[in-house]
Amino acid sequence: MATLDDASYSPAAKPYKPPVVAPGHTPATVTDKISSVVLQRTPKWWYVAFGVSFFLLMIFMMAVTKLFLTGVGIWGINQPAGWGFDIINFVWWIGIGHAGTLISAILLLLRQEWRTSINRFAEAMTLFAVACAGMYPVLHTGRPWLAYWLLPYPNTMGLWPQFRSPLIWDVFAVSTYATVSLMFWYVGLVPDLATLRDRSKHKLAKIAYGIPAMGWRGSVKHWHNYEVAYLLLAGLSTPLVLSVHTVVSFDFAIGIIPGWHATIFPPYFVAGAVYAGFAMVLTLALPLRAAFGLHDFITQRHLQNMAKVMLATGLIVVYGYAMEIFFAWYSGNHYEAFMAMNRVLGPYKYHWMTLILCNAIVPQLLWIRKIRNSPFWLFFVSMFINVGMWLERYIIIPVSLHRDFLPSSWGMYRGTIWDWATFIGTIGLFLSLLFLFVRLLPMISIFEMRTLVPDAKGGTNLGGETTEMPR
Amino acid sequence: MSTTPHAKHPMYGLMAEFHTAEELIEAVHKVHEAGFHNVDALTPYPIEEVAHALELPRSKMPLIVLGGGITGGLAGYMLQYWSQVLEYPMNIGGRPFHSWPAFIVPTFEMTILFAALSAVLGMFALNGLPEPYHPVFNVPRFALASRDLYFLVIEARDPKFDPEETRRFLLDLHASEVSEVAH
Repeated sequence: MATLDDASYSPAAKPYKPPVVAPGHTPATVTDKISSVVLQRTPKWWYVAFGVSFFLLMIFMMAVTKLFLTGVGIWGINQPAGWGFDIINFVWWIGIGHAGTLISAILLLLRQEWRTSINRFAEAMTLFAVACAGMYPVLHTGRPWLAYWLLPYPNTMGLWPQFRSPLIWDVFAVSTYATVSLMFWYVGLVPDLATLRDRSKHKLAKIAYGIPAMGWRGSVKHWHNYEVAYLLLAGLSTPLVLSVHTVVSFDFAIGIIPGWHATIFPPYFVAGAVYAGFAMVLTLALPLRAAFGLHDFITQRHLQNMAKVMLATGLIVVYGYAMEIFFAWYSGNHYEAFMAMNRVLGPYKYHWMTLILCNAIVPQLLWIRKIRNSPFWLFFVSMFINVGMWLERYIIIPVSLHRDFLPSSWGMYRGTIWDWATFIGTIGLFLSLLFLFVRLLPMISIFEMRTLVPDAKGGTNLGGETTEMPR
Repeated sequence: MSTTPHAKHPMYGLMAEFHTAEELIEAVHKVHEAGFHNVDALTPYPIEEVAHALELPRSKMPLIVLGGGITGGLAGYMLQYWSQVLEYPMNIGGRPFHSWPAFIVPTFEMTILFAALSAVLGMFALNGLPEPYHPVFNVPRFALASRDLYFLVIEARDPKFDPEETRRFLLDLHASEVSEVAH
């Protein structure tokens, strides 16, 4: 790798890039700064934030209790729209999870060293989003206590899951995704848990961090296997993350419903997932960065890069919308054409217009450099994308279902108060887990950050180059 | 074996402390050249050059993960073939019992799952983790190995080890401190 030396570096030749880590840091300061977030006294705002999240989580508990007592009839689903909020929210949450794996695995393989300061946090976001997503299909089964019937196990009924069904593929894809993401996250945490074990003063904390740290001592022989394992996990996660939303899109694309039966679904869903995921990373990272003063590690560079990824994936999503309409016309199929017109001009036209505003128009602001550099405006655009991606699934799922082949079976769909309570409740679950995570575990990978500071020796498989610092 | 390392040596080894990675890398080179075998370096982050200096053998991880992946893929496909073709064949929309394209997704997912499980479990197994007790933790300064200090340990069971001479040798390598590691 050619390094930039002082003589050859000229700002004119290469536009200035903000550094990945603010200047002046050493392995010691990086360690102290990131671990102090966990080891200091709990800030007052944390109690407030966690309290609000926990309150929302209680709404979830209430909604689920009501669901268990009564049944899925409390939701808005019925004929003709048998899939509603439950599947919208499932797809929305699982999509959000994709940015975490993209950042931790794909950007690692592409040697994008800026990923280092956001990967831990984004992976945690993935895990919690997948946990929220997993709730919905299980609750939707109607008898969630029998959800284990989805798994292939020898049983007294002599039955096996129907492996030709995309819904069973989903079970395999999502459970594998959750397991592999959890392991990837944990393996990345082990050296940092050892740091916390060594740095915490309280005996209980030492034990609590010491047990999951497994006696990690940073031996060169351990790092040797560790790095290979970590890279292999990244290599395995890369096709996995692309497969997950592909399989989710099969839930629709394999069906014959107009508006679902399209070959563009897999790539369009994956791009949408990354789009939604980066928006959520920004939505969460911007406030947390301000609250914990982590501006040295999550720099302008990260904001700019994430904005660019959002812009690119957003354009792919818009292309997907355009192609859906084009296919509907070009196929010459009356039902497809009607479905496309019904989305744009039918009873849900305001949903569709808001979708276009949120996902296609507002994100074009990201073309402007000033907006990409402004935390406020990035937060603003990200919120639009969060809403837009939810509406996209609303348009795809109930709006496709509500008017199918037979006008006699048409109907309208709307979520009930219990649909909303469950949705808001999973946001509470997500935020509660997130606040516990930032309080108890290092939200930035400490050992990988050590490899990024200028006086670190090394550069390794993990950290990428250390010579990227502009002078 | 009758003699435990405890009986043979009063201590586990000697631990040298370095302030920069460059010093550690140089020291590891010299220790390796001097013919010590039971050597370990403990660093706050992975440093490839240390592994090169110690001439560690190639990691067995890739083979383990390959084995796991192949096992997972075969198991996934065989489970589907056996359950859908042999054990309980069902006619679903006139599709053949052995409708292999539909079996690809679970096969793929099982491949990834088994490969990833073997990567994680294999890494811990090869590293001998979890290891609740290790003598290096008896040195109080060692807590800084997970912050910004670099350590080199020569074990007492090394044939070339001599408490006095090895200490002098380590101090000559610009170690800022050399401490005894108790068992």
